[in-house]
Amino acid sequence: MTARAGALGLAAALAVALALPFVVSNFRLFQFTQVGVYAIALLGLNVLTGYNGQISLGHGAFYALGAYTTAILIDHWNVPYPLTIIAAGVLCLVAGFLFGIPALRLEGLYLALATFALALAIPQILKYFEHWTGGSQGIVLSKPAPPWGMKASPDQWLYYFTLAVLVILFVLARNLLAGRTGRAIVAIRDNPIAAQAMGVNTALYKSLTFGVSAAYTGVAGALSAIVIAFVAPDAFNVFLSITFLTGVVIGGLASISGAIFGALFIQFVPNWAQDISKAAPWAIYGVFLIGFMYVMPFGIAGALRRVAARAARRGTAARA
Amino acid sequence: MEIFFQQVVSGLATGGIYGSVALALVMIYQATDVVNYAQGEMAMFSTYLAWTLLNAGVPYWWAFFGTLVISFVGGVLIERVVIRPVENKPILTIVIVCIGLLVILNSVAGWIYSYIQKPFPSPFPPRPIMLGTVVFGAHDLGAIGVTLVVLAFLYAFFRFTTLGLAMRAAAQNPVSSRLCGIRVGWMLAIGWGLAAMVGAVAGMMVAPIVFLDPNMMAGILIYAFASATLGGFTSPGGAVVGGLIVGVIENLVGTYVHFIGTELKLTVALAMILIVLVFKPSGLFGRAAVHRV
Amino acid sequence: MLRRTVLSALVAVLALVVPATAADTPGVTATEIKIGNTNPYSGPASAYGTIGKVIGAYFKKVNDEGGVNGRKINYISYDDAYSPPKTVEMVRKLVEQDQVAALFQTLGTPTNSAIHKYMNQQKVPHLFVATGATKWNDPKNFPWTMGWQPNYQTEGRIYAQYIMKNFPDAKIGILYQNDDYGKDYRKGLHDGLGEANAKKMIVMEQTYEVTDPTIDSQIVNLKNSGANVFFNVTIPKFAVQAIKKAHDIGWKPAHFLNNVSSSLATVLKPAGVEASRGLITALYMKEITDPQWKNDKGYQDWVAFMKKYYPEGALDDQSNAFGYTVAQAMVQVLKQCGNDLSRENILNQAENLKNVEFPLLLPGIKVNTSATDHAPLEQEQLAKFDGERWGLFGELYDAAKK
Repeated sequence: MTARAGALGLAAALAVALALPFVVSNFRLFQFTQVGVYAIALLGLNVLTGYNGQISLGHGAFYALGAYTTAILIDHWNVPYPLTIIAAGVLCLVAGFLFGIPALRLEGLYLALATFALALAIPQILKYFEHWTGGSQGIVLSKPAPPWGMKASPDQWLYYFTLAVLVILFVLARNLLAGRTGRAIVAIRDNPIAAQAMGVNTALYKSLTFGVSAAYTGVAGALSAIVIAFVAPDAFNVFLSITFLTGVVIGGLASISGAIFGALFIQFVPNWAQDISKAAPWAIYGVFLIGFMYVMPFGIAGALRRVAARAARRGTAARA
Repeated sequence: MEIFFQQVVSGLATGGIYGSVALALVMIYQATDVVNYAQGEMAMFSTYLAWTLLNAGVPYWWAFFGTLVISFVGGVLIERVVIRPVENKPILTIVIVCIGLLVILNSVAGWIYSYIQKPFPSPFPPRPIMLGTVVFGAHDLGAIGVTLVVLAFLYAFFRFTTLGLAMRAAAQNPVSSRLCGIRVGWMLAIGWGLAAMVGAVAGMMVAPIVFLDPNMMAGILIYAFASATLGGFTSPGGAVVGGLIVGVIENLVGTYVHFIGTELKLTVALAMILIVLVFKPSGLFGRAAVHRV
Repeated sequence: MLRRTVLSALVAVLALVVPATAADTPGVTATEIKIGNTNPYSGPASAYGTIGKVIGAYFKKVNDEGGVNGRKINYISYDDAYSPPKTVEMVRKLVEQDQVAALFQTLGTPTNSAIHKYMNQQKVPHLFVATGATKWNDPKNFPWTMGWQPNYQTEGRIYAQYIMKNFPDAKIGILYQNDDYGKDYRKGLHDGLGEANAKKMIVMEQTYEVTDPTIDSQIVNLKNSGANVFFNVTIPKFAVQAIKKAHDIGWKPAHFLNNVSSSLATVLKPAGVEASRGLITALYMKEITDPQWKNDKGYQDWVAFMKKYYPEGALDDQSNAFGYTVAQAMVQVLKQCGNDLSRENILNQAENLKNVEFPLLLPGIKVNTSATDHAPLEQEQLAKFDGERWGLFGELYDAAKK
């Protein structure tokens, strides 16, 4: 019952996503492209934090790494942009894996703060390597035109491009998490000692999860560089990492669809907040955050799951 | 050599600031088992309250202790009203609520008091103290002194008073504590109140140096986290020492490691903390957490 | 044949009847003109948000007095939190959805860099941006973008000239913020000194991050370097610390303080009158907390305006005077446009400001622009703090004439 409802919901969501460019303006499309980009980043963080239980306050750093990889490859060597996205993903996979090794020794709070340090250091490091990164001036890119003489606006093309990457990465993540590997990742979160006793190589799995998570976020960063057509250290401050964590928790931990809900939240709710009050937009945003957590302490996906479960129970009760 | 000593001294002064805020962070972690990301903004808001009192003509020490009382009540209220509803929810849910609190306090302070920086008076004499050729700021010394007094008070409170012991028990094992007759809910509320008080002291000691504005604590909170992490989140003394170490290291790196200079000194300080954590995962003075399987 | 002539005649008549203003110009109707803006109302740079608010207040005043040429200004300002991706989003909203006629006073260097290309591709006026970087004056490559305030590099060069003339044996120590703002000032000083002099005179350069709590360590190092001239490129919070700390540790260099931190009320007084005496800065606006302007008409009008239209704004915040003045410049452009508010004409008129004076600019400072000059303000004057006020001295320095 719930499984079928889920499949139906997924099909409906995909249909809406495919039809969107025919209905909305280029500007709105640009906003939804950003939702797609954020969703990929949030999925990456969710694999780490939601499924594996490692809290990261530093994913903005991998997002920045991905974005700058793409920007530098395009700016210095004219590499075709789809290739730069792959490069960003691979680089972040390696960087995440390497960071994951020392992070193995840290738990909970200390890990969160160690990753936080990473997020803090990034703007300074970006400014330091001015020759490559353009320093605080950043790098300006051009928006790619649609290929093969397609009759679409650059916004429409980028939307579909992002959507395609998103679908591929979501399917990959789903397969990863539903299988043996996924069970091992979750087992480590729920009970690391028991997992180890059952023969799971916790160290390897934890570092790998960190790498995969960073790779997803890096790909999202690379896409963002192309969509925004500009990178600068100011775009990757600490608040970005905090925003990602907020998105993951609001969307729903350990839930693939949660990444989409979280992305919608971090894209649109700040805009509503400022529509309500320009005097203190953050105050409104804060109230939204707290309100959401009161009503849905397990995130939007968690709340939906609960509603679905209740409906299913009622269904069986009625039949009996 | 003079420059070395002067850099150490000014590093200790800055480190004292980090340490005092780190102390508030550790305090609330001990009392409630939560890292309070809104701690810095709470301290900032308390300092604005003190500023309001001082502006209304209240003498300094009256305003100082008045602010402590108000902050305590405010902290208790925040716990009862804002944190209570998510108390037993997943830790990340509480973290997000704290972040919500952070942005609300920051925004409301800017709205009420504007973002223009305001001078904040120091209770200590303005004249610097000279020791040979090395200069000590009187306020810097005074602020470190105040931090140490707060530290001693907290140490005694958590170790020797029934209330302090009850609070620690409530934070570490709420279920067993409840069975012993401890009112866990109220213990947490008092913990928030105390943390708000310690934060208020830190804010009033920091503000004369960095000036009062709604974003006053943003940079400091970052360093305070680093200090508390270095010292260990379970050790109030460690937090203060951690702060002093971070302050001094940062200055010495900026002065003597030339290819790094001042441009990467934060990065270097953070990297050193990471290295310490790899070898001492619970900080220099922290106890390793033991989990029951 | 005949039909075609009739048709073309009809078109010609229609073109005469419907003037090319309202219908085909985005953001303009018979009763209003839409002007877009982004400012950081939240986030780490929210202190600047007051500029966006005071501009709104000034436009409200203009509207209350009947608007410009009978049209009300519909000012739409969004929060971008000083984050470039958010700026792109908000500016696209302004241009594509709200259909503003022009963008005005978008704030910040990285944020404006992010939309620089877009604005010029869309051919929407991108006027009087609120940043002191040099790159906005580039009409050849970016004809739709125009700066406003004297740029930081120019100011750096002014100090360099003064130092070379008055301190031939200067040993210069620099403290600057590690971003585009600090680096521009530094470059201006370097360029002004010339390569040889810069190498000889500059003995130490120190940086700080906006997130640093204090800059004590940097001041100690600068003193230790033996510098006798201090070029202080810091925002107000750190300027106070620098002035105070230098005084406390007994370092008494010739102290040049950047214009950004020239406020008496929020910088010099808190740092201490004794410590601040003798500071030199370059000004182009009346420093609103300086007692010498107490009885100035321009100042009094501004105070009256603030009390009526923006009572929650701080009277000791120079940003509120800045926003007020630049809003006056925008109104001037709209006035000059007359009834033709096409984007081309708005740009044309912005390029046609000739010797315009505004009440809060220093006496003698004039706004000048042309199709090849997209830097409206290029004059500054040096001033020395005498313990009570900024004493202006020397002649107006004009970057356009060098």
